[in-house]
Amino acid sequence: MTDISIGNVMVASAPPRRRDIGLGRRYRAERRFRIYGLLAISVGLMFLAVMLVSIVSKGYTAFWQTAVTLPITFDEKIIDPNGKRDGDPNVLIAANYPKLAENALIAKLGIDPSDKAMVRKLKGFLSDGVRAQLREMVVRDPSIVGMTRDVDVLASANLDSAFKGQIDLGVDEARRKVSDQQVEWMNKLRDEGVISGHFNAGLFTYGASSRPETSGMGVAIIGSLYMMAIVLLLALPIGVAASIYLEEFAKKSRLTDIIEVNINNLAAVPSIVFGLLGLAVFINFLGLPRSASLVGGLVLTLMTLPTIIIATRAALAAVPPSIRSAALGLGASKMQMVFHHILPLAAPGILTGTIIGLARALGETAPLLLIGMVAFVADYPTTPFDPATALPVQIYMWANEAERAFVERMSAAIIVLLIFLMAMNITAIVLRRRFERRW
Amino acid sequence: MSLLFVLAVIAAIGAVAFIIARQRGGALDRGATRPHSRAHYHGWWAFLLATLPATFIFLAWLLASSIYLERHIVAQLPEQTAEGPIASQSLAVGMVKGLANGLRRLDANELASLPSTFAQVQPMLAAKRVALATDTQDYMIPIAVDANRLQDRLGTVGAIVAFILAAVGGIYGIRRVAERARARNNVERLMLWGLMAASMIAIVTTIGIVLSMLFQTISFFERVPLTDFFFGVVWDPRFAAAGAADSAGQFGLIPLLAGTLYIALVAMLVAVPIGLMSAVYMSEYAHPRVRAVVKPALELLAGIPTIVYGIFALVTLGPFLRDLSAALAGGSPFIQAQSILTAGLVMGVMLIPVVSSLSDDIITAVPRAMRDGSLGLGATRSETIKRVVLPAALPGIVGAILLTASRAIGETMIVVLAAGVAANLTLNPFEAMTTITVKIVNQLTGDLEFNSPQTLVAFALGITLFFVTLIMNIVALYIVRKYREQYE
Repeated sequence: MTDISIGNVMVASAPPRRRDIGLGRRYRAERRFRIYGLLAISVGLMFLAVMLVSIVSKGYTAFWQTAVTLPITFDEKIIDPNGKRDGDPNVLIAANYPKLAENALIAKLGIDPSDKAMVRKLKGFLSDGVRAQLREMVVRDPSIVGMTRDVDVLASANLDSAFKGQIDLGVDEARRKVSDQQVEWMNKLRDEGVISGHFNAGLFTYGASSRPETSGMGVAIIGSLYMMAIVLLLALPIGVAASIYLEEFAKKSRLTDIIEVNINNLAAVPSIVFGLLGLAVFINFLGLPRSASLVGGLVLTLMTLPTIIIATRAALAAVPPSIRSAALGLGASKMQMVFHHILPLAAPGILTGTIIGLARALGETAPLLLIGMVAFVADYPTTPFDPATALPVQIYMWANEAERAFVERMSAAIIVLLIFLMAMNITAIVLRRRFERRW
Repeated sequence: MSLLFVLAVIAAIGAVAFIIARQRGGALDRGATRPHSRAHYHGWWAFLLATLPATFIFLAWLLASSIYLERHIVAQLPEQTAEGPIASQSLAVGMVKGLANGLRRLDANELASLPSTFAQVQPMLAAKRVALATDTQDYMIPIAVDANRLQDRLGTVGAIVAFILAAVGGIYGIRRVAERARARNNVERLMLWGLMAASMIAIVTTIGIVLSMLFQTISFFERVPLTDFFFGVVWDPRFAAAGAADSAGQFGLIPLLAGTLYIALVAMLVAVPIGLMSAVYMSEYAHPRVRAVVKPALELLAGIPTIVYGIFALVTLGPFLRDLSAALAGGSPFIQAQSILTAGLVMGVMLIPVVSSLSDDIITAVPRAMRDGSLGLGATRSETIKRVVLPAALPGIVGAILLTASRAIGETMIVVLAAGVAANLTLNPFEAMTTITVKIVNQLTGDLEFNSPQTLVAFALGITLFFVTLIMNIVALYIVRKYREQYE
C-alpha cells in the first residue's frame, strides 16, 4: 500500500510487486531435501535387492543335482573274487565298488573295455560317493550280489557344473575341469535320458564331505535345531521370570538399577565376547565337550536373554494398571495377579520378542567359531553332547572352500537360512498383528 | 545309579506327595469355614518340600564325592607321579578317569576277567568305541577298577540319602495340610526367590564375562609386558614350535586397533547419512502406505545375519571392485579384493537399518508442538527438520550413532570374510587391514593350548574390545535416557 501512496501517479491496473523472500530457492531446497531422503531409502532397498538377487542367482541351481541312472551289475568277480564273504565281513566293506559303476558306464557308452586310454578319460565322470552308496546297498542286502539293478549314481561336481551349463565350454580344454570327451559323453547320455537333474535331497541330509556333490547341511540343520531348542528351553523361562521380577516385584533400589543397566549393556556387547565366555567357562572351566551343540546353545542363550528380557518387560508394562487393580481388588495375591492375568495378556508380545531373539540366535556365527563348531562332522549328532555344526557356521566353512561347486552349495545354504529366518520373522509379525491389543 | 534316574525317583516321590496333599487339602473345604489355601497350593508345597531339599543335597553330594574320588585316586598313584609337578599328576588322574569311564562300558563277565596289562585292555575297549590315551600305564587299571567301585558305592549312598530326604519331606508336607496352614504364602515366597534368582543371571553373566577374560588376560600379561601389547606396532604372533628359543612373537595392538577404527569409520560414513536421511524421510514425509511397506523391508535388512553380508562382500562386491579398478586403471587393479573399502561399505549397509530405526524413534519423540510452531511461522518442512527437529533430537541422535559405532567395532563376520588377515598399518582404503575381532577368531580356531601366549592374547584382545564397547554403550544409553526424559 505504501508503494502506491508514494507513487501517486501509478496506474491502478499495475499488479502489486511482491517482495522477493527467496521462496523459489526455498522450495527448491525443499525438493532437493526430499530427493535426498528418497535416494537414501532407495540405496538401502537397492542393496537389499542386489544382495538377494546375487545370492539366489548363485544358489538356486544347487537344489538340483545331476545323476546318472545306470544298470549296475553287482558282479561277484569284482566284489568278492575269492568267495570269502561269508567268513569275513570286511570283504564286502573293502570291495572295489567304483569299478562296478565304471563297468556299467562303459557298457552304457559302448566303449571298448580294452581301450585303456578311453577308459581313463572316464575318470572324474562319476562321484567318488558311489563307493559308499553301492557299499551300503550290498551290506544292507548281500543277496543282490550277482544281480543287476538300476541305480541313480551322482555325477561328479565338475560334470554337474557342466551339465548345468556353468562351465564355459569355449575355454581351452586344458584350462577347464571337464574334457571334451566327457562333454560329448554327457550330451549323448542326456539325449538318451540317462543323465538328468534330480531334486537334491542330499543337500539337506548329507554331513560334511570333502567332495561337493556328497556334502550337505544335514548335520548343520540338526545342530541348529538342537541349539534353538536349548535356547528356547532356557532363555524363555529365565527371561520371563527375570522380567516379571524386575517389572512387577522389584522395588527401585541400587541393585535393580545395576541389573537394568547390566541388561541393556549385555544387549549391546559384541557377540564374539560371548564366544570367549563360552570357551573360558563352559569348555575350559566346566569341561563340557568342544563343538557340542549344548555349549553353543548355552552361549546363544546368554546372548538372547537380554533381547527376551527387554521385549518381555515392554509387553508386561503395556498391560494397563486397571487389570492389576481389578485382580488385586478381587482378592488375588500379587503372584496370582501376575500369573493368572498379566502374563496371559502379555503373552503375544513375549512370544514376538522370543521369536525375534531366536531368529537372531539362529543367524549368529562368531561365538560359535570360538567354541569349536568349525568342525568337519560327517555323522549326525545323536545327543546335544555330540560334535555338530550350525547352519551359519556351515556357510562359513563352505565359503573357505575353493571349488565353485561349494560356492553354489554355500549360496543354497544361505537361501535356506534366510527362508528359516523369514518364516520366523513373518510368524512374529503375524502374531503381533493378530493378538496385539490396544488398551 | 545314574543322575537322571535319581532325579526321576525324587520327582516321582514329589508327585505322590503332591497328589496326596492336594486330596487332603480338598477334603478340608467342606466345613463351614473356608481353609486359608486352595487344595493345589497344599499339593505344590508338599511337592516342593519333597523335591527341593533332596535335589540340592544330592547334587552337593555328587560334587563332594567327585572331589573325594580325585583325592582317592591321587593317593593311590605311585610316589614318583604323586610328587611330580602338578601337570603330570593331573595328567595321570585324567588317564585313570578316562580308563574308568571306558571300563563302565564293559559288562560284568568282561570285568571279572579283566586282563592286567593295558596292551590287552585297549583292544577290548576299542571294540566298544572307547579311545584311550596311548601312554596309559598298567598300574592304572586296578586303580580305575577301584575308583569305579568307590564311585558306585558313594553314588548309592547319596541316592539312598536323597530318597529318604524326599520321603521325609513329602510326609512332612502332607502332615502340614491343615485349615489354617499358609501353603499359598509359602509357595509364593519360593516362587519370588526363583524370579529373583533369574534376574540375577544378567549380573552373573557380566561377572562371568569379565572374570573369565580377566584370568586369561592376567596370565597373558605374565608372559608379555603390558606396554608391548598396548603400544606395540607389530603384530606377529608366530605360531612357532612350542619350546623353540624365540617363540614369543610380537603382540602389538596398534595395527589391529587402527584397522578396527578405520573400517568402522568407513562404515559410519556410509551408514550415518543414509540411515539418518531415510529416518527423516520415513518419519516426516513418507505416506503411511509407503511407510507400511518400506519400514518392514528395512527391518528385513536388519534381520539378515552378518555372515550373509560377509559372504556378499567376499563373493560379489570384493571381486567386482577389484575388476572395476583394474578396468579403470587399465591392467593391474588398485583395489584389493579384501580391502578396508569393501568391508567398510558392506558393514555400512548392514548398519543403515540400525541407524535409521534408532533415529526414527528419536525423531518421532520430538513433540508435535515444536514442528507446528515452526511450520506456523512459515518455515518449509525441510527448514523445520533442519533447524528445529534435528537440533532438538541431536543428543538422542549422537547416542544412536555411538551405539551404532560400538556395533561396528564389535562386528566380526563381515571383517573376517572381507577385511583380510594381514596386520598392516596403512592409510590407503584400498588395501587390506585387519581388526581385533578377526584376530580373536584367528587365534582361537584350530588346536588350542591354554597356556601359550598365542591363545591367551585373544582374551586380552577380547577384554579390550569389551571395555571399549562397554564405555561407548554406557555413554550412549545415558545420553538416550537423558534425552527421553527431557520430552516425557
